[in-house]
Amino acid sequence: MNRTGSVSTSELQGSACLPDVAPKPAGQPLWLLAELTYKCPLQCPYCSNPLDFSASGQELSTEQWVKVLREAREMGAAQLGFSGGEPLTRPDLNELIQEARHLGYYSNLITSGIGLNDHKLEQFRASGLDHIQVSFQASDEAVNNMLAGSAKAFEQKLKMARAVKANGYPMVLNFVTHRHNIDRIDRIIELCIELGADYVELATCQYYGWALENREQLMPSRAQLERAERITNEYRVRLEAAGNPMKLIFVTPDYYEERPKGCMNGWGQIFLTVTPDGTALPCHSARQLPVQFPNVKDRSLDDIWYRSFGFNKYRGNDWMKEPCRSCDEKEKDFGGCRCQAYMLTGDAANADPVCSKSQHHGKILQARAEAEAPADVPMTFRNERNSRVFCRSE
Amino acid sequence: MSNQRIPGFNPMFRLQWEKAQDSYVLLYPEGMIKLNPSAGEILARVDGQRSEAEITAALQQAFPEADSLAADVCEFMEVACEQNWIRFHE
Repeated sequence: MNRTGSVSTSELQGSACLPDVAPKPAGQPLWLLAELTYKCPLQCPYCSNPLDFSASGQELSTEQWVKVLREAREMGAAQLGFSGGEPLTRPDLNELIQEARHLGYYSNLITSGIGLNDHKLEQFRASGLDHIQVSFQASDEAVNNMLAGSAKAFEQKLKMARAVKANGYPMVLNFVTHRHNIDRIDRIIELCIELGADYVELATCQYYGWALENREQLMPSRAQLERAERITNEYRVRLEAAGNPMKLIFVTPDYYEERPKGCMNGWGQIFLTVTPDGTALPCHSARQLPVQFPNVKDRSLDDIWYRSFGFNKYRGNDWMKEPCRSCDEKEKDFGGCRCQAYMLTGDAANADPVCSKSQHHGKILQARAEAEAPADVPMTFRNERNSRVFCRSE
Repeated sequence: MSNQRIPGFNPMFRLQWEKAQDSYVLLYPEGMIKLNPSAGEILARVDGQRSEAEITAALQQAFPEADSLAADVCEFMEVACEQNWIRFHE
């Protein structure tokens, strides 16, 4: 992959440093994302897992996950996401759900719905699972299955979404939108109404991992985006008038903004991801940065969160360069996303190029221009075979 | 508005004492609302069984030094209902 560009030497030296550093001010890790596995029956071309996931080490054991859950809870974590890959492929998921409830987490299962059945829904409910988020690829069967790389996915998802509600769970439906499905946003919303969703995330693709690789094929044009937002707003009015409490959350792609998002509410402030092999990250895409991140097999979470090199690397703002350093908005957006800065400029300490003050903002403008006249190239699906190609080339 | 109405939680929300926040919180899909002390004390007595009048009486007993709480409780119930945290059964 050639988009990563060059790596500055200071970054590389940083990653080779001793892991312990003087701690900087940090919040509590309120949100723990437990990526239980990289295994997944689907092959979505916008998956946020790393491109080289197939080279990842052995998955944590049940006991190791239980230790992670206990330590994070002790540090103040209240929200727990079971994610992946497809978390349902972990045979110990029910045991982890029980432990989560015992510890007092609000637990969220983030699933494709593939591998779910009535028995598991009842079992998880009894074990204390609080909420299920089901992801869809599109509102119609053909597009959904094309994107998921599976012929039966859509039918299974519909069935499971109905079963989730029948079991009394709050349900979030997540649609990752992109140029191939965003023009059908009305049908997507209609489907969500029919399925009785409590929240609907209409999340325009964020270009990390596999999605960056497929950006040309995924990024909607500005006109597509504006139309989708207008229709979403019309539905909000209609839902309110009908007394329907379903909430529509429309996530704009930051590529169409002039200021970056305040990514993760700041590096190492509230969000903690643990990957299948136990690597701890301040966000789920940080693994691609040339920074050494600690592993829960080696150190306690408390030590990792407060004292590790990786979690302190971009805390606060003394790492910033211009234009961020002297910017009066730096407390608001923290210079944007470190991963995006790294992917698009080659240096994670640069301003996120989404910012119009960035000297690399042209990269974003170029991507917008490409979205107006996309080249017809095939998408790279997220699967083991393609992942091994990335492992070899990096 | 009758104070005989019975508030119960919207199943979307879970109330919990959160040691790390030193307060009651409402947890919901991927989010958390930190409650101020009086909101927390009121919601902690919402169980889908007791009426607003009974909740008010219980609070009055727990905080004997407080003036009449009925108006405050009623006002908060309206807010909590608007926020969709609770629902009423008559």
